[in-house]
Amino acid sequence: MTSLTSAETTSAKQLEEPKEHEDYRLFGLATFLIADGMTFAGFFAAYLTFRSVNPLPEGSIYEVELALPTLNTILLLVSSATFHRAGSALKKNEARLCQRWLLITASLGIAFLISQMFEYFSLPFGLTDNLYASTFYALTGFHGLHVTLGAIMILIVWWQTRFPGGRITSQNNFPLEAAELYWHFVDGIWVVLFIILYLL
Amino acid sequence: MTFVPSSEINNNSPQSLQPKGWLRYFSFSLDHKVIGLQYLVCGFVFYLIGGALASAIRIELTSPISDFMARDVYNQVLTLHGTIMIFLWIVPVVNGAFGNYLIPFYVGARDMAFPRLNAVAFWMIPPAGLMLISSYFITGAAQSGWTAYPPLSITTPAAGQIIWIISVLLLGGSSIFGGINFLATILKLRRPGLKLMQLPMYCWAMFGTSILVVLSTPVLAGTLILLSFDIVAHTGFFNPSLGGNVIVYQHLFWFYSHPAVYIMVLPAFGLVSEILPVHCKKPLFGYTTMVYSIMAIVVLGLVVWAHHMFTSGTPPWMRLFFTIATSFIAVPTGIKFFNWVATLWGGKISLNSAVLFSCGFIINFVLGGITGVALAQVPFDIHVHDTYFVVAHFHYIVYGGSVFVIFSSIYHWYPKFTGKMLNENLGRFHFLITFVGFNLCFAPQHWLGLNGMPRRVAEYDPQFTFVNQLSSLGALLMAISTIPFLWNIIQSIFKGEVAGDNPWEGLTPEWLTSSPPPVENWNGPAPLVTEPYGYGAVKKEALDETTTNKTESPKQTE
Repeated sequence: MTSLTSAETTSAKQLEEPKEHEDYRLFGLATFLIADGMTFAGFFAAYLTFRSVNPLPEGSIYEVELALPTLNTILLLVSSATFHRAGSALKKNEARLCQRWLLITASLGIAFLISQMFEYFSLPFGLTDNLYASTFYALTGFHGLHVTLGAIMILIVWWQTRFPGGRITSQNNFPLEAAELYWHFVDGIWVVLFIILYLL
Repeated sequence: MTFVPSSEINNNSPQSLQPKGWLRYFSFSLDHKVIGLQYLVCGFVFYLIGGALASAIRIELTSPISDFMARDVYNQVLTLHGTIMIFLWIVPVVNGAFGNYLIPFYVGARDMAFPRLNAVAFWMIPPAGLMLISSYFITGAAQSGWTAYPPLSITTPAAGQIIWIISVLLLGGSSIFGGINFLATILKLRRPGLKLMQLPMYCWAMFGTSILVVLSTPVLAGTLILLSFDIVAHTGFFNPSLGGNVIVYQHLFWFYSHPAVYIMVLPAFGLVSEILPVHCKKPLFGYTTMVYSIMAIVVLGLVVWAHHMFTSGTPPWMRLFFTIATSFIAVPTGIKFFNWVATLWGGKISLNSAVLFSCGFIINFVLGGITGVALAQVPFDIHVHDTYFVVAHFHYIVYGGSVFVIFSSIYHWYPKFTGKMLNENLGRFHFLITFVGFNLCFAPQHWLGLNGMPRRVAEYDPQFTFVNQLSSLGALLMAISTIPFLWNIIQSIFKGEVAGDNPWEGLTPEWLTSSPPPVENWNGPAPLVTEPYGYGAVKKEALDETTTNKTESPKQTE
């Protein structure tokens, strides 16, 4: 073993290695989101293959209304913008404003989920009716799970940005940045899902 | 961009609250070296269980009728053997164990990028493994093989299959977390001044492997979630009687499981590239081509999956594409093999156990690679599909390839892990019976497959009896081979010769610290090793510079 004393070790460490390093937690989250996106990619590939090679039995219902999903798309796109406003407000140290924008974002997310529930209950098919129905529920449900997690995250971030006493400040804004990145990802997935599932 | 003081990263972790001594190996330790050894030992325990199951399979196959086990028990044993060996032994050990132990050393860091995530990833493995094995005793294990092809996996008893799915989802999650950690560590945590093209080859192998893990494992997770819906909620994604499509399952499954083969062998390639130069005292031949070969294998490995499906009614254009793409993989793999042979060529080779196992790997993997190229050709594949030829090919890749490298790596790094040397004679004896037993077990299976013996079945045509008994004799030798190995690793901890810091006189950074290393890897600053293979070929000044750069050089301590 070594004979270096701890004092010598510390000074040597300061000489050789930088005291600070880049925060790579967002990099890790982005990598995770790529992985998560691949799960969706698998689902999309399965859906498109089913659609092109598996004809549905006679008399199957697969019509969906476009009004609610379009409203949902708008809700999520607006919420991405409001989350961005919350982030810039925090950077300018305006905790109150940031909190307000976060609350609006969370409300938009929850409104999306409620609207999705309305759509589920008004649809003329159930989970096991046919292949299209199963894939529809699997895709939207898996996405809805992501929105639910995101909404919970936003509410936690909202609670933590309160001033004084919250843990998230303009100096320590990683949790907000992480939730924002995740939320943009979920919105982006919805846009792809909307195009593939409703418009195609 | 936010910046975190590294002192906080290093000292904020509650290492001081962790148990000391051997107890820390049973704790939620954040030390990458402890986690690496946790992976290794845990994986080895599962290897013994999977090996016992393999022995049971070979005992059953000594006679053409199913007399040793009932047929459904045989199916369960087969499924457990495959799942345990792949998901609980090879993947966690070549990635998790050696990756966690070595990568922070190689990039000059004091721990992985995300130590807590790292510990979480390890601790997902024992519950998943225990759940998988206990399902055999409680509900009956899954019976549909490690591929879980529907509709078989939908029609066999549901409870075992669901437990299998949950276990594999946990293991896949652990693997993804590990992959994220390796990518962040290799890309972001490199010591300042260390360039990517100066990294030891194992870093590149883990970089490529982690890309494959992150891109392909989630697809398997999604597929298994859909499969569990088919089993539990009676949806019809993969159930033809409900209008579903089994081929979609096969595509999605092999989109993960073909890259999974590279997830098992690419790190092994990296480990061999570390071991051979040290024991030949020669630089690794063709470093740059090695790096490009790894990245070529990563890219090609993602677009060859349908060669597992040539008999699933794939259209001709798909067969053509996947045959050509698969054959192309032989090129970067061949480059790597010529580079290893060139590394050995004219080197001062010390034929110790580590080198013997590495050379055994080269021989076995070439044989497995040749049958692999043969299997990629559609006419031949249609003939031998689902026969023992495929079993033989696969075991030449994962046992003759990956497991031989794991043994080689244990012989190579055991002195670093424990500070003690292993018994060389026992090691050579271990190699001899493993190599003879392995080839005796699996080489005859090529003949069995070519003559049409189907795999995954407990019974077979009596004309194959003798060759099957020959194969079982080889399996017996392989089973016996674990005894000298286990004896060697256990008694060497207590009675082994003291190894010193650098018994092999290696130049890679893990040898430039004490054995076993201190908690923060180096007591002084992290050494900057820009020539990890600078044996002899570099000028003397450069070598001296490397030696003076390291703080705890063995020559200085002695």
